[in-house]
Amino acid sequence: MIGHYLLAARVLRGLVATLELTAISMAIGIALGLMLAVMRLSPNPLVSTASWLYVWLFRGTPVYVQILFWYNVAALYPRLSLGLPFGGPQLLHANANTLITVFAAAILGLGLNEAAYMAEIIRAGILSVSEGQSEAAYALGMTRLKTLRRIVLPQAMRLIIPPTGNETISMLKTTSLVSVIAYTELLYSVQEIYDVNYETIPLLIVASIWYLVITSVLSVGQYYLERRFRRGAARQLAPTPLERLRRFLLAGHAQVEMPAERR
Amino acid sequence: MLRAEAIHKRFGRLQVLKGVSLEVARGEVACLLGPSGSGKSTFLRCINHLEKIDAGRLWVDGELVGYRQVGARLYELREAEVARRRAEIGMVFQHFNLFPHMTVLQNVIEAPLVVRHTAREAAARLAGELLDRVGLADKLRSYPSQLSGGQQQRVAIARALAMQPKLMLFDEPTSALDPELVGEVLDVMRGLARDGMTMVVVTHEIGFAREVSDTVVFMDDGVIVESGDPHEVISSPRNERTRAFLAKVL
Repeated sequence: MIGHYLLAARVLRGLVATLELTAISMAIGIALGLMLAVMRLSPNPLVSTASWLYVWLFRGTPVYVQILFWYNVAALYPRLSLGLPFGGPQLLHANANTLITVFAAAILGLGLNEAAYMAEIIRAGILSVSEGQSEAAYALGMTRLKTLRRIVLPQAMRLIIPPTGNETISMLKTTSLVSVIAYTELLYSVQEIYDVNYETIPLLIVASIWYLVITSVLSVGQYYLERRFRRGAARQLAPTPLERLRRFLLAGHAQVEMPAERR
Repeated sequence: MLRAEAIHKRFGRLQVLKGVSLEVARGEVACLLGPSGSGKSTFLRCINHLEKIDAGRLWVDGELVGYRQVGARLYELREAEVARRRAEIGMVFQHFNLFPHMTVLQNVIEAPLVVRHTAREAAARLAGELLDRVGLADKLRSYPSQLSGGQQQRVAIARALAMQPKLMLFDEPTSALDPELVGEVLDVMRGLARDGMTMVVVTHEIGFAREVSDTVVFMDDGVIVESGDPHEVISSPRNERTRAFLAKVL
């Protein structure tokens, strides 16, 4: 039963939709989060307060509510238009119901919420880099932005990547929430199937297996990414689990061969 | 090369600099001595605008540092302009502040590439020469964490020199080093001074100051207490506070 549905076309389509949603929402979250983090650290109080307000709002309300909000915002403002202020001509206008599709609502709900968390993660990473690093860069004639991009962020990465990995894994699972607005991701796909055949538990297990598989793949990716950004911090990188396993096996092999050498 | 007039600097309530004036001619070496908290490092950091001054004027090579004068008023320069002027002033820090995620070579070519947009080969060639000059030609591919403190500081000097600065600032360059590593860094600095680099050095190395500098400046409590010929100031200080300080460190 489980094996039968694990590779069913509808389940796989749902899986792809889940992966898409995760990737796009995380991309929005990271890009916007980076912007918010930099804004928060800006010497301009207006800019940093704007960033603080964003994080306060989006971190302070449930993501579930935010998804429902974006889905229903079309009902509140049926027409969206982009035009010049004070009665100027309208440049663009569209029906909000066609503009904010289920997909857009899902992306907005997940991505904008994620940005608030990523902003805090990135800000903590930036603050962890000692001030001497920025000073050295400034003294060499680098601007604030160049210093951030070339000197501070690469070092902050070491602290940013582990929680970002966690966020990605968490996002993968949070995407299941958008089944509530009938977006056909993995969970909604299996729901559609068990609504018909009543094989609820086996199909939930099918979905869970896929979530576990993707989570595992992401964890391995995270491990190698973390390793890459540890360059320069440790004198020598620790061997990967695979290298350790190979060494262990080779060492075991050598021990077996030793008596032969004595002969 | 450097002219400072009545520099004042305050951190909150604490008045750190209370009117410091100093001139350093091209090719000269000035050493700033004095007890900790006397304002030497703050003064040094004002020279490349890492600290904003509250009052006074500072010129490097005839250009006002950090500000633009229109009539009698000063306007703070835009960031890019501040950065452009800083690029002409090298600085070496007490704690080296090498970029740990870059190799020695990358550390040295970073600013020429990113700030001056020098071609990579030309930057690497100059870096090679500079690292050879500080005796680290064989460490190009090492990371800072694999070097001793003395080696790291020598890389930091090469990194600053890679921008071909008009003026070099040293902020207690040997204070964080093990005693046996101090010599190698001072040797490099001696070489620089001999080659005619204009240098302002905050240091506790009295011997180095006496031997290398053209002017010794003794600071205490935010003012210059005494300055002049190194042998005179160090061997026969006129001021009571200079005498008390030297008695403690010599």
